[in-house]
Amino acid sequence: MIPSTLAYTKASSIDEAVAAVAAGAVPLSGGQSLMPMMRLRLAAPEAIVDLGGIPELVGICEDENEIAVGAMTIHREVAASELIRAHAGLVADAAAGIGSPQVRNRGTIGGSLGHADPHSDMPATLIAAGASVLVRGPNGERRILVEDLITTYLTTTLEPGEIITQVRIPKGDDHSAYAKFHRRAIDWTIVGVAICIGDDGVRAAATGVADRPVRLSAFEEVLNGGGSLDDAIARIAEGVEPHAGLDGSVEYKKHLLGVLARQAHAEASSR
Amino acid sequence: MAVDYTTQTTGGIGDAVLRKEDRKFVTGEGRYVDDLKLPGMLHAAFVRSSFGHARITSIDATAALALPGVHAVLTHATLPVETGVLSASNPGGDVRHPEQAILAKEFARYVGEPVAMVIADDRYLARDGADLVHVEYDPLPVVVDAEQALEPGAPLVHAEYDSNLVKTLEHVTDGFDDAMAKASKVIKLRVDNQRLTPSAMETRGCIGDWQEATGEVTLYTSTQVAHFVRTFVSIVCGTSEAKVRVVTPDVGGGFGAKLNTYREEFAVCAASHVVGRPVKWIEDRTEAGVATIHGRAQVQYYEAGVTDEGRIVALKFDAVQNNGAYNMLLTPSISHLTLFMVPGLYDIQDISIRIRQTFTNTTPTDAYRGAGRPEATHGIERLMDAIADDLGIDAVEIRRRNFIQPDQFPYSSATGLVYDSGEYEMNLDKALELSDYAGFAARRAESEANGKYRGIGLSTYVEVCGLAPSAVTAALGIGAPGWEHSTVRLHPTGKATVITGTSPHGQGHATSWSQITQTELGIPFEDVEVIHGDTAFQPYGLGTYGSRSLAVGGIALYRSLGKVREKARELAAHLLECSMDDLEWTGSSWQVKGSPDRAKTIQELAYAGWTSASLPEGLEPVLEATTFHDPPNFTFPSGTHVCEVEIDPDTGRVEVLNYTAVDDCGNVINPLIVDGQVHGGVIQGLGQALFEETVYSEDGQMLTPTLVEYLVPSAADVPPMTLARTVTPSPSNPLGVKGIGEAGTIGASAAIVNAAVDALSGLGVRHIEMPMQPARIWNVIQEATS
Ligand SMILES: Cc1cc2nc3c(=O)[nH]c(=O)nc-3n(C[C@H](O)[C@H](O)[C@H](O)COP(=O)(O)OP(=O)(O)OC[C@H]3O[C@@H](n4cnc5c(N)ncnc54)[C@H](O)[C@@H]3O)c2cc1C
Repeated sequence: MIPSTLAYTKASSIDEAVAAVAAGAVPLSGGQSLMPMMRLRLAAPEAIVDLGGIPELVGICEDENEIAVGAMTIHREVAASELIRAHAGLVADAAAGIGSPQVRNRGTIGGSLGHADPHSDMPATLIAAGASVLVRGPNGERRILVEDLITTYLTTTLEPGEIITQVRIPKGDDHSAYAKFHRRAIDWTIVGVAICIGDDGVRAAATGVADRPVRLSAFEEVLNGGGSLDDAIARIAEGVEPHAGLDGSVEYKKHLLGVLARQAHAEASSR
Repeated sequence: MAVDYTTQTTGGIGDAVLRKEDRKFVTGEGRYVDDLKLPGMLHAAFVRSSFGHARITSIDATAALALPGVHAVLTHATLPVETGVLSASNPGGDVRHPEQAILAKEFARYVGEPVAMVIADDRYLARDGADLVHVEYDPLPVVVDAEQALEPGAPLVHAEYDSNLVKTLEHVTDGFDDAMAKASKVIKLRVDNQRLTPSAMETRGCIGDWQEATGEVTLYTSTQVAHFVRTFVSIVCGTSEAKVRVVTPDVGGGFGAKLNTYREEFAVCAASHVVGRPVKWIEDRTEAGVATIHGRAQVQYYEAGVTDEGRIVALKFDAVQNNGAYNMLLTPSISHLTLFMVPGLYDIQDISIRIRQTFTNTTPTDAYRGAGRPEATHGIERLMDAIADDLGIDAVEIRRRNFIQPDQFPYSSATGLVYDSGEYEMNLDKALELSDYAGFAARRAESEANGKYRGIGLSTYVEVCGLAPSAVTAALGIGAPGWEHSTVRLHPTGKATVITGTSPHGQGHATSWSQITQTELGIPFEDVEVIHGDTAFQPYGLGTYGSRSLAVGGIALYRSLGKVREKARELAAHLLECSMDDLEWTGSSWQVKGSPDRAKTIQELAYAGWTSASLPEGLEPVLEATTFHDPPNFTFPSGTHVCEVEIDPDTGRVEVLNYTAVDDCGNVINPLIVDGQVHGGVIQGLGQALFEETVYSEDGQMLTPTLVEYLVPSAADVPPMTLARTVTPSPSNPLGVKGIGEAGTIGASAAIVNAAVDALSGLGVRHIEMPMQPARIWNVIQEATS
């Protein structure tokens, strides 16, 4: 790792972190995405502020309607949480399948959202689960639906100086699952499908088929209108724009959407 | 897995001893180049070409030099030494060897070619400085594909030549045309053996230390061939070879990529000369993707003339080898090794081979585990299945009908080799039994019931190891011999130092050499220290590559041990007041035949030889011996690998369900080490079959520079393996050993691809290129079923 020269501070409170970020520092959570970017000098922040010393940012708890997951909660803890498993199994599925144990022991839910990589597993599952984030900035706290958080590659709707502090996942009977396809055990997802079958209908989102995680609206529409799964899958690729790459053609990725939707739907229905 | 995880910690030949070097490695006590810190040491970073082909119009280092902590920025114009040609390979003569300047001279010919070098107080500043060097490029047309490079009008990689052809290797037997004409059928196949990036755990790195006052140059470098490097450094730096010392600390893997002499090795020496302080460079992982040699990159066209019974009577092989932008140490010889092994272990006496080597605007290729032989084996083993398929003959049967038979050894191949020994059907039969080949139909039916395609594939191979008889290397145009050195030194206390010219970088020579010493000289395993990789200690060593260490270096050791034992015998006869003929060797002492009370242990004799209180007339003090062993022939390990795969038609994923490897590497010194070599080798072959490919865009950009794009298999991607061995000792050396370092890689890729083709054969699929990534397999299925 040969990053360029930078200033490092470790914040001990959210306010301190927000002040640092407002002054131009880049937040550092698990470093599992930021560090590789700095290694390649694709990111060359002049200052970083480590969020690892802020106790409020860590941990999973619940209120009447929602589960609250601190932004610094690591993937391993999300995967192991009975609470998340009970109400949003797909989020635990995604966390359990990220990278390797090393990555799951460092990478965080807040970092996954802040990084906004279209191949990242957490965002699509949180969108399907109807989750939101709480963010704090110089002007106080606000709430953003995860669906409205990520706009394109590595870009969010966070305002300058804002950091994600918490992820809020609605509670409910869990009929949800996440199915993904990747090459080696440690590899990033090529395509993933998150499905949540709730009282108010089916919500589905996908990883890896656009410049951001996307809602599978046509697919939802068919199922929510009483259509069959086959009919829904026939329309699943409407509106998605996967890129052809070393990991497959556009056609292949659209095809995978259907395969994975079938898997995720079967799994969600059986839960 | 059939591995006995023994806890045996000492032993002799044949014992499954735990490796003595592992404790330091697994506890983090290994000492690699990057662990070394010399007083006053500075750090280097390279500015590398971002163009596949360009004229360098200007280099502006002003901003970099203004950075506090940057000491110098060197370019071709300011570097005090020049390289010239960095290759020791000229097979058949007349190989085109373009000049390779240490830092690009006027032209950059591949992405990653070093253009400038920044020397700074630390590695971070050096990199910051490199980012500030402004290079102006005038882009030129690029060619990356080897076949396109040969087309008329293709962009020229080196303007001084009239084409991109490096060399055409040809070998045609007299009877070829007649034999081909008589064949009842000709079966054709094109096979693309894709470009790979050797990915050793430790990237390259080196420290140059040029002492002004004495003119001595010390180079610490992560290499497999310290002495080659020394010879080249002395030539390039214009220093006496006697003043150059090359030190190889622990090396974290090489796979052939460190069987080379790299520009950075000369650059750090030259830079040290300029700044008057030691200069260190450590390659980072992304840099390694472009700056270290690649492997394979060979496109092959086969035509097999066969009889109705499936006997191959004539074989035509026409290939194009992508050499990259320059010839590295052995580049032109790698496809020559392919040439040797084109017929594989089949009795094919009429053959026509043409291999055209080309320059392209890519990183140079050279030796990568197997070096030319995996290409040959993969191709012929794919071809055998294609022939079997075409003629409706079973894949096992077609091989039996063409195998060289045990009574044909020593066997003269159509390419001019003499195979030493082997029983190919014995390997095959054992592998079929262990893999329950006969029960496959039921397993296939089971997979089919689950909507999956299941296939079984085999690969039978012979390879050429133990490089090499020096007369042969000379005849092949390799400017280096193939012998190896050893010295055995007994200390007054009866402990032994073994100095070997081999250069282990993961192979466990300290262990195997100790085992040989225990068996041959009776010095206990734990009393043996093995020294390697420092030119100051060795007369000369040729290093470790081509599965040569045991078959050449191990024999050099064996012969030194024999010399010490004989000298000890002369001393014992003198001390015991008997004739040498009256003595017998007990394994650890010389005793008067039948009189155990009249004996001298080897340790007693070591002491007596040192004190020299009473030596027989004419005997020199000290029990020590040196050998330079030049092997009389290569060795020829062989084997059969069988594997089963299951293919998911929905996703195209190929899953290797099980893998059976039966290898004949002759006699075995340490079964645990041999198993480890087979495991690692098979995994590298599996990597090529399923995951790995170095990809360039048409304009010469590297699309797979990091381990995110270049997929190396991890432990989780490895199937259960069953390993077994047969033994036909090599008659070419007294230990009867052959070599196992590359066998796994050589055997694996074809077994896996053959299994996948078998799985999809019902759809009419006849061939699949590597790597068999899911998207490719899905396409193959779509095309076959549409
Ligand atoms: C080998 C490897 C394999 C991986 N495989 C997968 C995989 O299969 N699936 C997957 O989904 N991910 C994968 N990842 C990524 C992993 O999940 C990361 O942990 C995650 O993307 C980022 O989390 P982090 O805590 O490490 O964030 P960091 O790397 O610390 O930060 C990432 C980005 O988010 C910003 N950021 C961090 N915290 C906040 C915050 N609280 N508010 C606002 N912005 C913030 C940072 O400034 C930075 O820009 C892999 C990573 C590696 C190294």
